[in-house]
Amino acid sequence: MNYSDSFRDKELVQGLARRIAELTKGVEKPLVFMEVCGTHTMAIYQFGLRSLLPPQVKLISGPGCPVCVTPNSYLDRAIALCRLPDVIITSFGDMLRVPGSSSSLMEERAKGADIRVVYSPLDAVQLAAKNPTKRVVFLGVGFETTAPTIAGSILAAKAQGLTNYFVLASHKTMPQPMAILSADPDLQVDGYICPAHVSAIIGADAYRFLCEEYRVPCVVTGFEPTDVLQGVEMLVRQALAGESKVEIQYSRVVRWEGNAKAQAMLADVFTPFDAPWRGIGVLPGSGLRIADKYAEFDAELAIPVQVEELKEHKGCLCGEILKGKVSPFDCPLFGGKCTPESPVGACMVSSEGTCAAAFKYGR
Amino acid sequence: MNNDLILLGHGSGGRLSHQLLDELIIPQLSSVPVAGQNDAALLNIGGIKLAFSTDSYVVDPIFFPGGNIGDLAVNGTVNDLAMMGARPLCLSVGFILEEGFSKAELAKILASMREAAEAAGVAIVTGDTKVVPKGKGDRIFINTSGIGAVEHNLHIDGASAQVGDKVIVNGCIGDHGIAVLSAREGLEIDSGIQSDSAPLNGLVADLLPLGPALHVLRDPTRGGVATTLKEIALQSGVTITLDEKSLPINPGVKGVCSILGLDPLYVANEGKLLAFVAPDQAEAALARMHRHPLGKDAAIIGEVTETSAGKVQMETLVGGVRGVEMLAGEQLPRIC
Repeated sequence: MNYSDSFRDKELVQGLARRIAELTKGVEKPLVFMEVCGTHTMAIYQFGLRSLLPPQVKLISGPGCPVCVTPNSYLDRAIALCRLPDVIITSFGDMLRVPGSSSSLMEERAKGADIRVVYSPLDAVQLAAKNPTKRVVFLGVGFETTAPTIAGSILAAKAQGLTNYFVLASHKTMPQPMAILSADPDLQVDGYICPAHVSAIIGADAYRFLCEEYRVPCVVTGFEPTDVLQGVEMLVRQALAGESKVEIQYSRVVRWEGNAKAQAMLADVFTPFDAPWRGIGVLPGSGLRIADKYAEFDAELAIPVQVEELKEHKGCLCGEILKGKVSPFDCPLFGGKCTPESPVGACMVSSEGTCAAAFKYGR
Repeated sequence: MNNDLILLGHGSGGRLSHQLLDELIIPQLSSVPVAGQNDAALLNIGGIKLAFSTDSYVVDPIFFPGGNIGDLAVNGTVNDLAMMGARPLCLSVGFILEEGFSKAELAKILASMREAAEAAGVAIVTGDTKVVPKGKGDRIFINTSGIGAVEHNLHIDGASAQVGDKVIVNGCIGDHGIAVLSAREGLEIDSGIQSDSAPLNGLVADLLPLGPALHVLRDPTRGGVATTLKEIALQSGVTITLDEKSLPINPGVKGVCSILGLDPLYVANEGKLLAFVAPDQAEAALARMHRHPLGKDAAIIGEVTETSAGKVQMETLVGGVRGVEMLAGEQLPRIC
């Protein structure tokens, strides 16, 4: 058995599931735990973990897929940029299918726009160096896990003296939306399965205020099946004991203080701002924009474009789904008007979106 | 959204490809409903039964670990004929070359085609070559069509799966897709994975003596094993239940898939077949595969569990159950 298989051991997983069932025996009102990271959402569906849990434990998905929470207005700006003749748009793959107000990047590519999928922002910097007559724009979307690599790409472009590399930044940061959700009286969350790799950057201490202010248990959890179920067991124990503290299940990667080097890089290249979240609204201090001293790399400032008027899609429940208030199956568009081929809402687009996961694995 | 545009996903072999076939191509060109479609057409010409198939090859890059576009173009069409239980006889080939393409590279591709044809025992008997201006094509596209002799009276068909059938695959899944992906510019992954591109007609010939116990043969190319099984489930009106732990997957393929966020069930194969065999003959079928060089890693990966509207589900490694759908759009790497 290799290292990663040991986290997928059937006996261990079933043992954990049995323990959770014993712990929650006789619990009347189901305990509701929210995973806020899209990779957790995928892992839970991919391994069929819900089918192993007792009815007393309910897992719901939160706003942790970076593509899903990217607002229409951002896509509209990216689409306006890609229509400029000297612009090459570079992006991680998932963004291509996200619908804007009236088009998507995939559709623009079919019409002739130069849009390329890259696997690292440094590839985009290289592309800029190779194409001095073009302006290369990288779509900087993601949480604290991807933001440092994009900060690194800006520093690399500056070191190389490039003047044709830009980032359209729409980074989000994690603890703030969890505070908003915790304060929502319509929402019952008995504990958070906190993100794994985001926490490796920001550190588990970042969740402490949630436990103190909102009395909600937080467990930083890994992505393998044994991780997730052990995280759930830790949450169950806290919830039943009436405790609310931060615990680290994913101790092989995450530290209390996080990664100081990555944090310093983020603080240098980005500035916190009040970011708009698709379906949720503007949340104070919940995003990262490019700091003033790197403004020449900010696509929004450096390349002015006319952006079309914003149109939201009617009937789409992405917002409620991102808050964990309804499940994808409650959305009238799910599986009918909204499918992975022609998504209406962003939750159906990203491979880590709640609706895409439910469509692919959950039916 | 603009629904008039053809998108890359329409060529992925997944749900979008099916939509394009169902809504536009089949209604315009053919009276055969989609549910009756297999890898090749069966023709009866004056009492002689033939299988006829065509396929175009646009792989990028054209040279990849374990093969190139040339042997792929031969093996692909040979395999489509073999999936009808036919004995491939001859192929045609059409080249579309881009102005400026290298003759030395073309010679290399032709040599591979010849070798592959000899290995499969087929003759390339007719062909055509066109050249398009620079920038109007991508180096080289190849089409091959093939004819095979159907010398059995079995009903091997995507609609023939029956409750109780065992699902057998002849070896590790996902090798071709990962070999091509790791050769692509910008990825620079040294996975050590070779494409599985190979002619399957010999292996199929070894399975035909199983007789009426052999219900379905299908090669899981674009869209991977998941998409092909879903097609069969829909065609036959059954539920197929997979057992994740029995799926043969190379550790290198597992590794690349987990780095890029891909699911090996959706990754393309070019030398694999899925066989649905009646339960009493399943072990015999497996033994026949194990004796063939292209079947030494063969495994039973699931079974047909009930009649339904067409469903595929999988018991996961950890004992959970999840649904398996067709590939949607292109399989894209994850973002974080």
